[in-house]
Amino acid sequence: MKFNLGYLIDLISVITEKELKVRYKSSFLGYLWSIANPLLFAMIYYFIFKLIMRVQIPNYTIFIITGLFPWQWFASSTTNSLYSFIANAQIIKKTVFPRSVIPFSNVMMECLHFICTIPVIIVFLLVYDMQPHWNWIFGIPLIGIAQLIFSYGVALFLSTLNLFFRDLERFITLGIMLMFYCTPILYAGNMIPEKYQWLINYNPLADMVLSWRELFMNGNILYEKIFSFYGVSFIVLIIGSLVFNKLKYRFAEIL
Amino acid sequence: MELAIEFNAVTKRYPLYHHIGSGIKELIFNPKRALTLLSGRSYLAIEDISFQVHKGESVALIGRNGAGKSTSLGLVAGVIKPTSGHVSTYGRVASMLELGGGFHPELTGRENIKLNATLLGLRRRELKDRIDKMIEFSELGEFIDEPIRVYSSGMLAKLGFSVITQVDPDILIIDEVLAVGDFAFQKKCIETINQFKSKGVTILFVSHNLSDIQKVCDKVIWIENHRMRAMGSADEILNQYRSSM
Repeated sequence: MKFNLGYLIDLISVITEKELKVRYKSSFLGYLWSIANPLLFAMIYYFIFKLIMRVQIPNYTIFIITGLFPWQWFASSTTNSLYSFIANAQIIKKTVFPRSVIPFSNVMMECLHFICTIPVIIVFLLVYDMQPHWNWIFGIPLIGIAQLIFSYGVALFLSTLNLFFRDLERFITLGIMLMFYCTPILYAGNMIPEKYQWLINYNPLADMVLSWRELFMNGNILYEKIFSFYGVSFIVLIIGSLVFNKLKYRFAEIL
Repeated sequence: MELAIEFNAVTKRYPLYHHIGSGIKELIFNPKRALTLLSGRSYLAIEDISFQVHKGESVALIGRNGAGKSTSLGLVAGVIKPTSGHVSTYGRVASMLELGGGFHPELTGRENIKLNATLLGLRRRELKDRIDKMIEFSELGEFIDEPIRVYSSGMLAKLGFSVITQVDPDILIIDEVLAVGDFAFQKKCIETINQFKSKGVTILFVSHNLSDIQKVCDKVIWIENHRMRAMGSADEILNQYRSSM
């Protein structure tokens, strides 16, 4: 069956809306959590790394949140979409609609959360006597779209495989934590010893985090990093789609 | 006459996935066994079924539990693919969701209607015009804005059916949904189904209630032990079915 674009957009917005409502239905603070959650994380890291371990990075709060907020978009959309097909088993078994909409809505929802945190970044910048830059208008969509493609590719790939090998979710949780520490979020790229520079040279997430941070803190667009991130994103999306398309007809059987 | 659904020597096997449930552990410690399981074991759901349904006909599937009715419906809906043979459907297929299926317990009735109708192919604009009619049909009153986890099973059935009334499919699949509503509501549902019929919608109906089938369907397909046992006019097949019990 063919689906036209208008219908797809309707479907994505309805499912994204549903995911948002389900998530915050019975919580008292509701949508506030989308800001509170990353902010609390930032506070914890600030306490440990700045106050206890005394990392010598100027403006460390901004340094952390400009890396952490985009990271959380990626990390949450990956972990959430792992369960997304399982959580929607009923509608997958009964109705025909493009199943890829489900992980996509997950990525979109986390993207919305990320957009909600941008004002928080602005507030902190102003507190530290820094200013948002005009380059943001062009830079945020530029990196954002790349990250959308990357996250969607990863989500598609992992959520499909997780249906067939449920063990995967254990590895993913560990894997994301590993990647978190291998990506310069809490530390600066140049703090890594020469010997381990490959950790960020070959890590697309490092490109992602470093370009966000440079954009937010200094208003610079690191074209080279962003374009290599785009390259990796498209490759990930292609692999994800291949795996998904190969296995999508089995979803209704296995759920 | 125009065809609506065609099954051509359709066989469906399900691999028994629960064998690989232990997943990677099994693969590492017992690779040989895991691989034979992956390739070998399967469950035969339906075998070599062929039939044709013409446009505007209403056809019931009957048979015991596990005979392969739901698999056949899944194949028509397009959520699963046949292992061999060919399934063709012409036009837009909508399946009326099972009790609670497609509904999220935390969301209100209204939100669930929105989700459900969109999954059935309604655009946002169409939904806006029709949602009031759906709510009216559902007879849920102020419960429509309560989370559906507080609904009774009858109320869920009403909610599910109300969405279908405002969708315009070419083929409509109704799987065992009339059983729980109260008598008045069941009557209303049968009326709605008959309205669909008069509009030329092809209907595929599964029910264990033979008198419902008699009210709605002109043809019956009898599936037994994963194969088609008989197909014919409703009265004839239902009589055979009853006497075989």
